[in-house]
Amino acid sequence: MSEDVSGADTPRRNQSRPTPLHAVHVALGASMTDFAGWSMPLRYTSELAEHHAVRNAAGLFDLSHMGELVLTGPGAAAALDHALVGNIGKLAVRRARYTMICDADGGVLDDLIVYRLGAQEYMVVANAANTAVVMAALTERVAGFDTELRDATDDYALVALQGPRAVELLAPLTDADLGSLKYYASAPATVAGHPVLLARTGYTGEDGFELFCSPDDAESLWQALRAAGGPEVPLPAGLACRDSLRLEAGMPLYGNELTAERTPFEAGLGRVVKFDKGDFVGRDALLARAESGPRETLVGLVGRGRRAPRAGYPVVDPATGAALGVVTSGAPSPTLGKPVAMAYVPLDRAEPGTELAVDVRGRQEPVDVVALPFYRREA
Amino acid sequence: MSVPENLRYSEEHEWCTAVEDGVTTIGITAHAATALGDVVYVQLPEVGQQIAAGESCGEIESTKSVSDLFAPASGEVVAVNTAVVDDPSLVNDDPYGEGWLFRVRVDTLPDLLDAAGYRALVGADD
Repeated sequence: MSEDVSGADTPRRNQSRPTPLHAVHVALGASMTDFAGWSMPLRYTSELAEHHAVRNAAGLFDLSHMGELVLTGPGAAAALDHALVGNIGKLAVRRARYTMICDADGGVLDDLIVYRLGAQEYMVVANAANTAVVMAALTERVAGFDTELRDATDDYALVALQGPRAVELLAPLTDADLGSLKYYASAPATVAGHPVLLARTGYTGEDGFELFCSPDDAESLWQALRAAGGPEVPLPAGLACRDSLRLEAGMPLYGNELTAERTPFEAGLGRVVKFDKGDFVGRDALLARAESGPRETLVGLVGRGRRAPRAGYPVVDPATGAALGVVTSGAPSPTLGKPVAMAYVPLDRAEPGTELAVDVRGRQEPVDVVALPFYRREA
Repeated sequence: MSVPENLRYSEEHEWCTAVEDGVTTIGITAHAATALGDVVYVQLPEVGQQIAAGESCGEIESTKSVSDLFAPASGEVVAVNTAVVDDPSLVNDDPYGEGWLFRVRVDTLPDLLDAAGYRALVGADD
């Protein structure tokens, strides 16, 4: 075994921050990992079992590392329209939107979900690794607007219940009308006696909910959800399966598919950029990219062999071996039973059905370009 | 984490049995299997192949990562566990038993860690 294995399941205890559910993870025997400065559960028993549980029944995640930034005031919507690429002004109360914050040159600083909580209140949920960057950028960009911005990350624990049985498991615990809570909607609700912001969002490709709650209520809420369907339903699920689930669902990950070196157009997410809303940070650069078209594009790859392409591996021409692009995420897909990957390739090699190869540690492995996502749940 | 007393261990997290009829059986430790996560692909050396201690002789791929398999001893490979190639989860489920990887003909084992030494290496409590 190579050396990177050594100590991989030993949590780094230096400065990694525990979530409000840390004691629960330890009691469950989770393998903990440092992720963006937080001590997070990587897996509890088997990430494959956890992956399949989310696809077939339900899984329970601690996502308390995510950043929550709250804007209030009469100018909040205009401030977010200036700071982000999406059209936040058009967002109805209790609805949510997937959007991005870009640099002046169009590079992606983070992908975000913005929840409109009230007439003059918005919550921006940022990736844990980017919360400070997003907070700093927002602080600068919303100055001059009639809004107050605060980092509310410490005010929230975040628990996600994801999977086809999520509705059935949650319904007996809440007063909320889950049938009327649509995808990308949120509502204040009571779950197991605790006030939460209940959102029908997720990062797994399955139906499910994200519950923003007080850190003081997190453990009680987790235990109530955990007991909702018997001993293994929902199954506690760690970050390892969260990554394989989102990859199968074709969802980009910041730091992999999304970086400051690329615009949303390369990632195939140009639709999130709304030019008709007026000026915003990055508009000129993004407009130029929209008109010129991306230089490369994100595609799905399915391996024909068993060895999986991994992030950073070169995509090559199968005939000449010439480098064409780079893999951004890759893993054996538990649901498909074969390796899948996302990669940036030139536009003329991006058509589904195109045969490419990936240099997997010195050996060319044949792959086929496919349309994303790799997995789509049945409606 | 289980570290059987009767085995010897490399610093690269392989285990070897005592030499019996000139052959040692080799696998990866429970610590390594847990650290890797679910093993999904195992590439082993071929029967008849000469392997050299400390050199890469295969690959172990989990859902999250790929690791080289290093030969803990030098010699000729005399058997490989085809069951583990067909069902790599055996490495996780039974790393010291059905999850064995290959057998090598050796005269003697090189200088490897005993169970106490390996426990100290990985910081195991038991």
